[in-house]
Amino acid sequence: MSGPTSFVQQAPVHPETAARFADLHPPFDRQAAVPEANRCLFCFDAPCATACPTHIDVPRFIKKIASGNLAGSARTILDANILGASCARACPVDVLCEGACVLHRYNKQPIQIGRLQRFAMDSLHASGAPLPFAPGADTGLSVALVGAGPASLACSAELRRRGIRASLYDARPLPGGLNTYGVAEYKLPLVESLREIEMLSQLGVEFHFNTLVDTQRLAELERDHDAIFLGVGLGASHQLGVPGEHLPGVSNALDLIAGYKSGELTQVPPRVVVIGAGNTAIDAAIASVRLGASEVHIVYRRGPEQMSAFAFEYEHARLEGVKFLWHVQPRNILGSDAVEEVELISLADGGEFKLPVNLLVLAIGQGSQNSLSEKIQTERGRILIDRATGQTSNPKIFAGGDCTNGGREVVDAVADGKRAGIAMAAWLEAKLVSA
Amino acid sequence: MSQPKATLATTFCGIPCLNPFWLASAPPTNCGEQIMRAFDAGWGGAVWKTIGEPITNVSSRYSSIDWDGRRMMGLNNIELISDRPVEVNLQEIAEVKRRYPQHVVIASLMVESKRETWHDIVQRAEDAGADGLELNFGCPHGMSERGMGSAVGQVPEYCGQITGWVKEKARTPVIVKLTPNISDIRMPARAAKRAGADALSAINTINSITGIDLDTLQPNPNVDGKSSHGGYCGPAVKPIALNMVHQVQSDPQSALPLSGIGGIATWRDAVEFILLGCSTVQVCTAAMHYGYRIVEDMKDGLLEWMEEKGFATLDDFRGRSLPTVVNWNQLNLNYQIIARIHEDLCIGCQLCYTACWDGAHQCIHLDRTSPAPDITRTPAMVEAEASRRISTTPIPKLDANGVGRTHAVTPLERIPRVDEHHCVGCNLCSLVCPVEGCITMERVDNGLAPQTWAERSTAEPVRS
Repeated sequence: MSGPTSFVQQAPVHPETAARFADLHPPFDRQAAVPEANRCLFCFDAPCATACPTHIDVPRFIKKIASGNLAGSARTILDANILGASCARACPVDVLCEGACVLHRYNKQPIQIGRLQRFAMDSLHASGAPLPFAPGADTGLSVALVGAGPASLACSAELRRRGIRASLYDARPLPGGLNTYGVAEYKLPLVESLREIEMLSQLGVEFHFNTLVDTQRLAELERDHDAIFLGVGLGASHQLGVPGEHLPGVSNALDLIAGYKSGELTQVPPRVVVIGAGNTAIDAAIASVRLGASEVHIVYRRGPEQMSAFAFEYEHARLEGVKFLWHVQPRNILGSDAVEEVELISLADGGEFKLPVNLLVLAIGQGSQNSLSEKIQTERGRILIDRATGQTSNPKIFAGGDCTNGGREVVDAVADGKRAGIAMAAWLEAKLVSA
Repeated sequence: MSQPKATLATTFCGIPCLNPFWLASAPPTNCGEQIMRAFDAGWGGAVWKTIGEPITNVSSRYSSIDWDGRRMMGLNNIELISDRPVEVNLQEIAEVKRRYPQHVVIASLMVESKRETWHDIVQRAEDAGADGLELNFGCPHGMSERGMGSAVGQVPEYCGQITGWVKEKARTPVIVKLTPNISDIRMPARAAKRAGADALSAINTINSITGIDLDTLQPNPNVDGKSSHGGYCGPAVKPIALNMVHQVQSDPQSALPLSGIGGIATWRDAVEFILLGCSTVQVCTAAMHYGYRIVEDMKDGLLEWMEEKGFATLDDFRGRSLPTVVNWNQLNLNYQIIARIHEDLCIGCQLCYTACWDGAHQCIHLDRTSPAPDITRTPAMVEAEASRRISTTPIPKLDANGVGRTHAVTPLERIPRVDEHHCVGCNLCSLVCPVEGCITMERVDNGLAPQTWAERSTAEPVRS
C-alpha cells in the first residue's frame, strides 16, 4: 500500500552523481521561454501535435506560455499526457514534435517544444499547485494494473478521472518503471520522475510495491477486479551466448543505468565495452564516461547505418568521447576472477583481436516477459492488442507499453495507457449499463 | 547613363537642411550637450525639448507596450515640457548654433496663452539663434490641464489666434505641431495656415493608457499607485500618423511644408512619410530605444534606396503617393484578385485555412487528397480526424518503413486549396502566411471596365 512517505523523499541523494549528470538541455527561464513561444506559428491541426503519440495540443500550450497563463499551459499538457514533465525531458523530440515542426521547411530552427513543455511543467511544480484534475465520482468499479511504469500510470490516471479505482502492482520499491530507473539522468533525473508520479497519485491511485505478479496472482487479481491492465514491460536482457558471460564484470545496460540512478553505482572501472548500438547502449556508454571510465567502446556487429540509436544520440556519444567499433562481434570473454579481455572478430575481414576490458555491458535488447495467462494471444512475445483500445484477446484484460510494442519511448507507453484507460472505462461503463 | 549622386540635402520652409532627419522635441533633445552629440552622430536637425516656464516632473514617467517579444513597440510618457530654466535652454541654443552653424535647431515653445508672453518667448528664442520655432499645440497630458499644449491644438480658433500672435513677432519660420487627439486634424491645420503658419509638424503623441499591472491592479507608469493618461508614440502609432499626414497634405486648405512624426524608426518609415508629402521627419522613440547611432542607417538606407530608384533629391519623390490615396468611392469595383498558394513554398502551417474559415469567407479547403473537391469538410472535422490518429515514435529497428522519413517536403494533404470561384480577394490569407511569396494575390481578367462606386451610383439606381 502507498505509505505516508513521499516518493521524492525516498529518492537517493548523491550530489556527485547529480553533478556528473547535469541537464543535457538546460531549462528556459521566462525571458527565454516567451520569445521562443512567440516564435510558434500556431499552426492549425499542427503536425507537432499529430506527431506526439499522446497528441498534446502543442500550439495551445505554447501560446499559453506566451500569454503568461502557465497554469493553463501545464493543464493543457497534463490533460493529454499525465507524464508531461517526464516526456518534456525524455522524449526524442527530434523525431517527434520538433521533427514535425513546419519551420524545418522554412529554413528555420524548429520551435524548442521540449524545453517549452519543461518550462510549463517546472513552473507548475515550482508553484506547489496540486494536480489540476480531480478524481471522478466513485463508480464502484476497480481495475488492477500490473507494473507501475508509464503505461500503467497513464492508464490509472484516466481511470481515476472517471471514478474507477486503480491498484498498481510493481516489483520495485518505487513507481515509474523505466521512467524512474531507465532514462539517462542528464535527460530525466530519477527524482523528477518521482515528483511527477507523486502529483499523479493525488488522483487516489493505490500502489503495491515489491510485489511480483505471477500467473497465480494474476488470476486472483482477475477475480477481485473488474478489469486488468498489463503494463509489464519487457523481460530480461538478452545474453550473448559466448563463453565467459558469467564472469564478474559482465553486466547489462539496464542494470548499469538503474544502478547509477538509484545511487548504488557511483563509479565504473577504467575500461568499458558496451555491446550493441541502440539508444540504451548509448545511454550506458555515456554513463560510463560520466562515471569515470577512461576508455569506452561501443561494439556493434553491423555498420552505423544499421544501428537503431537515433542520429542525435550517436552524435552525443561521439561528443562524449565514446569510440565505435563497427562490424565487430564478441566471440569470447576472457578473465580469471573477473573479466579482463573481450575477444572480437571482424565481420568484414574475419580478423580477430582482443580488447582489454574491466566492465562489459550488454545492450542487445530485452526478451519478452513470460506469458502470464494462456488466454492472452501474443506474437513474437508481444501481447497482441487492439491499437485503439488496448484490449487483448481476453476482453477483461487490456495492455500497453513495451510489452505490446516491443520497446519504444516513454511517450508511446503513456499513449498506450491513455488509450487503454479511456477504452476500459467505456467498456466497463457499458457493461454496467447492460448488467 | 550616369546618374548624379543622390543627396539628402533639402530645404524646409526656407531652412536649409543637411538631411531630413531631425530629432523630435523630447528627452533626446533635452540639452545642448545631447544635441551636439546627436549632430556628431549624423542628425540633420533637432527640435529642442519644449521651452517654457519650468515645470516639476513626476517619477516614473514612461511605460511601454512590448509586442511578440520585442520591447517598446509603443511608448507612452507623462513627462512635461523642459524642467530647465528658459535662460539655460536659450544659452545652450546659442552655443549649439555657434558650434554647429549648418545644423538645424528649432526651438519648441509653449507658454501661457497671452500675446505678450508669446511675443517675449519668440523674441528670446530667435535672439538665441534658433533657425525656426515649433509651437507645441499637441502635448496631451499635464500641460493641457493648464490650458496649454493640446488644449490649444484641439480648438482651431485658439490654434489660429496664437499662431497669429507668434507670426506678428517671428522673423524665422513658424511650425505648428498638430495634435492627433482630435476628430479631424485638418481643422487646426487650416486654422494655423490661415493664421500664417509657415509649416506644420504632425503628429504629436496620442492619448493613451498603456496598461494595468495585473498584480497590483495599478496603471503604468506608476506614480505612487496612480497614473495619468499619457502620450503614445513609437512603431505602434505609425499607421495613424501616416493617415493624418495624408489628410493634411491632401487638403489644399491645410497643406504646408510638413515635418512628419510618428513611429519613424528606419529609413523605410521615413520614405513613406516623404511619399505622402513630408519634407523632413522627426524621430524620438527609436532614438530613446537605441540611441542617436540609428541615424547612420537611416541616411545610408535612404540614399541607397534613392540611388536604386533613380531619385537624386527628396523632391523627386516627395508626395509621389499622395494621389494614390483616394476616397473609397473612387476605387475600382471591377478590379478582381484571388489568392494563389504556391505549393512549392507552402510549409503546411494551415494558418491561411483557419483564417479564411474563421476570419473571412470559407473559401480555402483541405481537400487535395480527396477524390473530388470537398468544400463541406469543416475545421472541426479535420481536427477530429487528427485526434483519432495513432502515432508512435519511429524506431528504426521496429519500423522498417519509417527509416529515412523526412519532413523536408510538405505532405500534399497539408497544403490548402483556394476555391477560386468564391475567393473575394480580401488578402487575409496572404497576410497571415508566414512565408514570403507563398500566397500571392493575382489579378483575374473579368473583362469588366473599371467602375467606381461614385460612377455606379450615378449610373444606375442604388439598391444596396
